[in-house]
Amino acid sequence: MGAGHGHALHVHGHSPVHRAPAHLKILGLLGFMLLVVATPGHWHSAFGLWLALLLTVVVVARVPFRWLLPRLVVEVPFVVFAVLMPFIAHGPRVDVLGVAVSESGLLAAWTLLAKGTLGVIAGLTLAATTSPPELVRGLERLRLPSALVQIAAFMIRYLEVVADDLRRQNIALASRGFVARDPRHWPVLAKSIGALFIRSYERGERVHLAMLARGYEAVGERPTPSRATPDGFVGKAERRRRAGGPSRHDNAADEPVWGRAAGERPVDHSPGRMPS
Amino acid sequence: MSTPVLDVRGLAFAYPDGHQALFGVDLHVHQGERVALLGPNGAGKTTLVHHLNGILTGGAGSVAVSGLPVEKKNLKEIRRRVGVVFQDPDDQLFMPTVREDVAFGPRNLGLRRAELDGVVMAALDRVGMAAYVDRPPHHLSFGQRRRVAVATVLAMNPSILVLDEPSSNLDPASRRELAEILVSLDITLLMVTHDLPYALQLCERSIVLSDGVVAADGPTYDVLTDEALMRAHRLELPFGFDPAATR
Repeated sequence: MGAGHGHALHVHGHSPVHRAPAHLKILGLLGFMLLVVATPGHWHSAFGLWLALLLTVVVVARVPFRWLLPRLVVEVPFVVFAVLMPFIAHGPRVDVLGVAVSESGLLAAWTLLAKGTLGVIAGLTLAATTSPPELVRGLERLRLPSALVQIAAFMIRYLEVVADDLRRQNIALASRGFVARDPRHWPVLAKSIGALFIRSYERGERVHLAMLARGYEAVGERPTPSRATPDGFVGKAERRRRAGGPSRHDNAADEPVWGRAAGERPVDHSPGRMPS
Repeated sequence: MSTPVLDVRGLAFAYPDGHQALFGVDLHVHQGERVALLGPNGAGKTTLVHHLNGILTGGAGSVAVSGLPVEKKNLKEIRRRVGVVFQDPDDQLFMPTVREDVAFGPRNLGLRRAELDGVVMAALDRVGMAAYVDRPPHHLSFGQRRRVAVATVLAMNPSILVLDEPSSNLDPASRRELAEILVSLDITLLMVTHDLPYALQLCERSIVLSDGVVAADGPTYDVLTDEALMRAHRLELPFGFDPAATR
């Protein structure tokens, strides 16, 4: 549960790679990955070239290998699968160290391993040289639908808040004599995670209401306008006003938006809710 | 004098990031006392509370609860003896129903079935929430949730009740109801608060924690009327409140 810090993957620096615009880096990563994925498995020298290219970027970015290597462990599930492949695949067999393995499986395993490793290193390099807010701005500049950009932005903003909630909840659990030792305690952990989920969900609703209260309107959101403004979340009415159109605040059409928003709160559905 | 319920000696603590929160705290709380722990934000109050039941350890000094030192091997018994009610009841209440939540602590102590149920109902009864035993906690009002949070701790039959900001976010009626409940409990109580009238109402004695040391320890009335002391430690009475008027 120590993965709380939202910026844990960023390595502070001022290299040319750090300073490059985020949207170019995202495009670079995407292009590189498409190239790597499209490379046939038996073009061994091409993979050497991709690795050399990638390591050059890592060196220029001054991302320490000591930082990079331990983080490659995210690849482990794929490595396990790659190791199994030569044994479970069909087709002609070849002998490797006295063990008969599938030839096509061996090639598939090598391809998976090579492409996976290149992908993980490339992804880590982007994460190391680009702070999360920059990444979000880069995605925005690439015209990713604003709803997706906002979800990403909120995730970054609230990850630490939720991690903090979790930490305080664990302290409260421990204070009542709870120690998670064996699987018999898993139901308690599951319930506390469930409670955390509900609290985060309700916090999301409160944030949404607070945004609505400041003129935000996400219904039928179009991806374009918010990029033009320095502050990310500008309501449609505000954008229309800036564009010279009639303001939504002028007519009664606003009413259903507020009414629906208030009615969305699940706590209000409960007949058993007691007043303070 | 008898063994104090709470005996803190020379407690000092620095967080791993180097920030030192406590610089040698000495305090004693005796059986049946109600003590307010006052101090400005950042004085180290929460850090101190986290030491009382061994959430934080490893600094200098010692903490003992009814003679039992707060050490790793005693943690289970220490956490039974020290009932901490946290500021945000949502941190404490996470089970689907009030009953399961109040049962959580005593169940960890090994209670089952009829005995467990008796403890749960008794604890809820003491805070006037027995009628809500099968409700989900998140459907209760804030004041009710805080009372249930107190019950979750009472169910463990603690030697001392430690309350972190018990009156925060309560409306005046809930605040008064909680005060009446706390007075009726007949239990040793340490109450961390910024609510000075509440401290005066409930606690005969106050301890001022400031910059990680005990700056004052005495009758609440004397502390609140000592203007120089109050000013020196960023303590202020709310507008219009005069302790003398309560005598």
